[in-house]
Formats: sequence, structure tokens, C-alpha cells
Amino acid sequence: MPISEQTRDGHLLLQLEGGLTIFQAAELKDELLQALAHAEHRIELNLAAVEEIDSAGVQLLLALKHEAASQQKTVNYSHHSPPVLAAIDLLNLAATLGDPLLIPNAR
Amino acid sequence: MDMDMARDALVQEARELLVAMENALLEIETDGASSEAINAIFRAAHTIKGSAGLFAFDLIVSFTHIVESVLDRVRNGKVQIDDAMLSLLLNCGDYIGALVDAIQNRTENEEPDAARRVVLEKQLGAYLEPPAEAPAAAALTATAKEEGPQQIEGSGGVSSDNWHLSLRFSPDVLRNGLDPLSFLHYLSSMGRIVYLHTLTDNLPPLSQLDAEASYLGFEIDFDSDADRAKIESVFDFVREDSQIRILPPHSKIDEYISLIALMPDPGRLGDILVRGGALTEVELEQALQQQQGQEIGQKPLGAMLIEQQLVPEPVVSAALSRQKQNEEKKSHEQKFIKVEVSKLDQLIDLVGELVIAGAGANLIANRKKDAQFEEATQAISVLVEHIRDAALTLRMVPIGEVFQRFPRVVRDISRELGKEIELIVTGAETELDKSMVEKLADPLMHIVRNSMDHGIEGTEDRVLAGKSATGMLRLNAYHESGSIVIEVSDDGRGLNREKILAKAIERGLVTPDHNLSEKDIFRLIFEAGFSTAEQVTNLSGRGVGMDVVKKNIESLRGEVEILSQAGQGTTTRIRLPLTLAIIDGFQVMVNDEVFVIPLDLVIECVDLAGHDARHNIVKLRGEPLPFVRLRELFELPPIQHNRESLVVVQFGQQRAGLVVDRLLGEFQAVIKPLGSLFSGIKSISGSTILGDGRVALILDVPHLVQQTAQQQHSLTQSAVAGLLTNNKTTER
Repeated sequence: MPISEQTRDGHLLLQLEGGLTIFQAAELKDELLQALAHAEHRIELNLAAVEEIDSAGVQLLLALKHEAASQQKTVNYSHHSPPVLAAIDLLNLAATLGDPLLIPNAR
Repeated sequence: MDMDMARDALVQEARELLVAMENALLEIETDGASSEAINAIFRAAHTIKGSAGLFAFDLIVSFTHIVESVLDRVRNGKVQIDDAMLSLLLNCGDYIGALVDAIQNRTENEEPDAARRVVLEKQLGAYLEPPAEAPAAAALTATAKEEGPQQIEGSGGVSSDNWHLSLRFSPDVLRNGLDPLSFLHYLSSMGRIVYLHTLTDNLPPLSQLDAEASYLGFEIDFDSDADRAKIESVFDFVREDSQIRILPPHSKIDEYISLIALMPDPGRLGDILVRGGALTEVELEQALQQQQGQEIGQKPLGAMLIEQQLVPEPVVSAALSRQKQNEEKKSHEQKFIKVEVSKLDQLIDLVGELVIAGAGANLIANRKKDAQFEEATQAISVLVEHIRDAALTLRMVPIGEVFQRFPRVVRDISRELGKEIELIVTGAETELDKSMVEKLADPLMHIVRNSMDHGIEGTEDRVLAGKSATGMLRLNAYHESGSIVIEVSDDGRGLNREKILAKAIERGLVTPDHNLSEKDIFRLIFEAGFSTAEQVTNLSGRGVGMDVVKKNIESLRGEVEILSQAGQGTTTRIRLPLTLAIIDGFQVMVNDEVFVIPLDLVIECVDLAGHDARHNIVKLRGEPLPFVRLRELFELPPIQHNRESLVVVQFGQQRAGLVVDRLLGEFQAVIKPLGSLFSGIKSISGSTILGDGRVALILDVPHLVQQTAQQQHSLTQSAVAGLLTNNKTTER
């Protein structure tokens, strides 16, 4: 399963693993929709283990963000892996998908 | 997964393109530069770069990019293609080949030979001019500002030095296996992306999102020296259903207007354009004003953006030719399917078994004397024969596959030796078994090198000898009675009989009192460790090679011979059987033993009785024909039986007779190799299984023919001459 979830500090923490490409996009979309429905306010998506991303993946992240906004929820992306950073950089989407985590979480 | 297949396809395509590139380079070298050949080279480099770019194989992209830049300058006539450049480009082709190998080996992120790359890049760099300074265009803004919108529409260009690209990929682009990100990656290999804005306006809510459709659009400001066709070509693969708009630096402002007009929210795009520096604030203002003005004037904005107007003529034709190429490629793909060799071998094995089983059924039918049954098996065996032939032709490939590497070899070696040598290839379409093609390459290479090194003289010597200054090397192939013949001929100095003989005596290969025929002397050069070259060059002359050649050819059940005429040239002739698996055989019987002779080699069968046969020579239609009695050869017990038949066989130019008891007729023989126990037996080349399950031996006709010919020779001329004169006197 490329996605794993746990709850932390009252918000949903999702971990994406492996590819974030057209091959996984359809499946991921459904899972993300579900996760969003479950979440109360905020979802944090940890992208540290994303090994590969293509534009299908990028637009999925964008759409999730929009969708969350329309439901008055927040989606944050964190711990971007190098491939994700490269794509964000190329597409100049740092403002939208960069999401420096606002809450540093008690560690 | 799919990526692996795509990778294989890329590797294969790149290899084919490299071959095309090499051929075109060699063509330029022989026939002079033609725009067609230069374009072919450019196309090859460009396509390799393009496909590699899609996979983000950066090493190959960056290297090919430099090659392409040089080629572009050649194409535009800025640089003349000369000898040094040809050599450089050939070397670059080799290096791209090495990079392609790396992709195949999945080591595409490692530089195969960094030092070599640096050298090549430096040499390539010498053909590139330092980047031209961007023409100053600040003045344009000023005039635009002062003179108002009308003027701008007429001639004004915007001040930006950058290209502006507006990309709306088709929704299907991802499904087609193309990732817009790859295009952007590739684009950035041609210049610098100054500003990129990702448009997400088309992105539906997540629940309605088709995760496999592409929704993103891009507005890009791009700094590059590339020309329009080149930037266009980045998007060749998607041009058909995507909206790709490319505005060159200092485009007219109305082109931006039409771009803006296409956006649902003109202000936003205007904003993006300003942010990326494509337009200045002032220019945007003018543009928006002008747009409104035109709307009032009821001039439909869409009309301004007819794609053809934006795209200059050469781009259109480039796009067309690209499309045509794609079509050709498609039909090419439909003509061939790739099959694993092992599957093919399995099929041929099965056909072999089918042939044996069919022969068994035939035999039973004959015994039963059931006419209908016989007819049925007859029909089946005809079909089996067709299937066998069809299966065997699957393995046949044109020998051109081997020949095609020689133009380059000849070129390189003739350079190295400082000789002028022209290569003529004929019969490249002659087909032979695939497994032989692979094993032929090395022996042929040895022979060609030998011919060039030792055979063909230097230019001066040639002129002195009254020959044309340019030496000629010829590769030829043709079919001849069940064999394929491959010849390497040169018009050089020929073999030196005396020198070879002297050397052979010195090496103790023959004794001085040996009376050797010319053929025998030439054959000596195939002995291990034999070389007469006074001077060992780094190509040949080390005395390895010709014996290896002979061994390789013999391992394919073939033979090699040399014809040479002093001062005229040398021809090395390789003769190979057409197939290694199944043959049409001719069954003969001696006592109760069945032997099989390859049918292709059988010329005729005659009754021996009534012919004058003495000393193993028979007079056939006035000609002496050496023969051998198989009974004696295989030491079978004699039987009381006075009818003997003579089977005349031919191999190469020689004929011989084989005397047998009975002729049994044609038979499809599946060749089974003999065990190593029998490897010492020279007269038998293999075995086969008969319909009734018995094993029959297949005669090694080439060997038998040779043996009888030698016998005839050793009988010395006297006996033969005596026989002949005798015959002649009796005839008269």
C-alpha cells in the first residue's frame, strides 16, 4: 500500500511511498478523497518516501489542495523528497505545494 | 514494466539511427557533402537526443546536444564539413553508441569514458562560435510607448529577449505515455527557463478529477539561442492535439494580444506575462487597450490567431516531414515483429521432429499398401516440407547485416595505412542462417584487414605498377548449389608463391622436395603461426588470424580457399552450407547401411556398369571423374552383387563420384550432430533418423570431394594421362 495513515495531534498524517505517477494516480485519488472525508480539519501528507513524480502526481497534489480548501479543510505537504522538490521547482509551484510546516509538532 | 520496453525500443532506435548517421557520414566522405546526407545526420542526432530527453537520460542528451549544435551550423552553411570534422563526427557517433550501451546496461548515469568525452566536446566546441550577443532592443519599447497601439500592430516588437511558450497539452498526453514534465526537462536542455507559470485553471475538483488526464497548462519564458524549428521540435510528439504556441523574442505585440485573448481571464495571463518578463507593464496596457479597440471594431480576435500565421513556412514543412516520418515508421513497425531467437529455435526443433515423425508415417503407409492412406501421408509430407522451408527461412537474414559494418572499417584502416581504398559491396541481399551471420563477422574482419594491409599496395607502388591509384576491395556474396559463397577480393599485389613456400620450409611446415600445387601453397597461410609480412603492423601480420579464420569457417561446416594472381589481386572465398538444421537428403544404400547425401550437392546418378572405371577414375562423357567406393571407404564386407550406381556430387568447382549399391531417393534429413566420439571421422558430417527409427549417416561431401581430388592428384599425371590417351585411342 503506497499510503499509510496515523493520527497525530488530532490531525491526519498520511505517508506517501513509492511512485506518485500516472500509474498510481487513479488509486491514490480515491484514497486521498477518502482520507479527506475522514479528516476533521487538517491532513498532513508526508512526501519523504516519494521516489518518483510526474505531472499526474503534481496535479493530484494540486487538486487535493483545492478540494480541501473548498471543504474548509487544510492539506499540508511536508518532508518533500528530492524528486518532488525538483518537480515543484521546475513548475514553479513552491508557493502552492511548498508548504513549510506551520506547526513544528512537539518532537 | 512498460518502461523496460520503452527503454529497449529507445536503445534499438538509437542504434539504427547511429548506423544511418554513420552511413551518411561515409557517404559525404565519398561523394561530397549533400544536404540530404547532412540532414540525415542531423535528424539522427536530433531524434536520439529527443527520445533520450523524454527519459531524462541527461548524459546522452547533453552530449548529443553539442553534436547537434555543430550539425546545425553545418546545415545552415556556417561551417563547412571537412575531413577532420567527419572523423570527429564518426568518433562522436561511437561515443553516443557507448552512451546507448550504458542505457541498455542500466548504467546511464555513469559516464562511460569521461576523458574521451572531454576531448570530443573540446573538439566540437571549436566548431561552435561564442554565443552571439543578444541584440539590444530597448529602443523598441521606447518607440512603442510613444507611437501608440496602431503603430505597434504594424511593426512593433516587445522588448523581451526571451521566447515565450504557451503550452496546453492535450488531456490524453499522460495516457499516451508522455509526461509534460519530460518536455519541460528537455526544453531546459536547450536553454534556460527564465520563468514558468503552471496554470491550474482547468483542474476540476478532486472528486471529478480524471487522474490520468492532463489538466495543467504552462506559460514559459525561455532564454535560448535555438531557432524556432528546434524549439518546436521539442513538442513534435504532442503537437497534434496539444496547443503549443511559441512566440520568438521581440514578437509583435499583437501576437501576445491573441494569446491573451485565448484565456478565459485575460487580465490574469497578462499578469503572468508581465511577471515572467515577456511583456512590460506598458506593453500589456497597450495590448489590452488594443484588444478592446478591436472588439469595438468587430474584428474577431480569433482570426488573428490562425496557427498558420504564427508558424512560419519552414516550421510547417518540418512538422509535415516529421509526420511523414512517423507514418513510415508505423508501417515499418507493422512489417516486423520481434521474436526471441530461442522461440525460433524451438520451432525449428519441433519441425525437425515433425519431419521425422512424418517419415515414419510415410513408411507405414507404404507397407500397408493402402492407396488412400498413402495419398494422405503424401499430402501431409508435402505440407511438412513447406513448413520446414518456411521455418528455416525465418532464421535467414541478409548478409548485408555483416557487410554494413565494413565501410567504416575500410575507411578507418585505409586512413591508418595511408592507402586509398574503395570498397564495393555486392550481393548484400544474399540470405544465410542467422547463427552464421554472427560467427562470420570476425573471420571476415580478419580477411578484410589482411587484404588491406598486405594485399593492396601503397598509392605510389600502385602507380608504379600501372594500376589506378585507388585500391579496390570487394565484398561479394551469392548462392551456389546449396551453399552460400562469400568473397573478399582485392586488386593488390597478390600472394607471393615463393615467399610463402620459403617461409613454410623455414617453419618446417613442408619439406623442400614437396611438389606442391599453387592451391596447396596458398592453403599454407591458414596454418597456425604463419605470416610472411616482413613488418608486423598493428592490424595484421602477427600470424594470428588466418588460422583462426579457417577454424571458424570449418566450425560452420564451411571451407575457405584462396585464389590469387601475382600483381592482379587475391580473392578469399568462403563457402558455407545454407542451413545447419534440416536438409533435403538423398538416400543411398551400401549393403544394408543407409547413407544420406545432401541433395543440393548431387548432380546426377548413373549406372556404373558399362562405364570405363579404373584406378578409381571413371570416364564419364569423355571426362575423367574420380570416385570412391563407399563400401571400401567404410570397410563394409563385399557382397555378391554386380549392379553398382554412381552418384555424381559437386562441391564448389570440383566433382567426384560415390559408388553405392542402391539408390533410395529423396528424404528430408534432420541433422543430428555426432557425438564427440566420432569427431575424428572425416567422411561423415552428421547423422539423421530414418522413418523406421534407424540411424543413417550423412556423408561429408566437401571432404569426400577433396579427398578424391587429392587421390587423383597423387596418382600423378602419368596414370591419368595414360588412361586418357588409352581412352582416346580406343575411341578412335
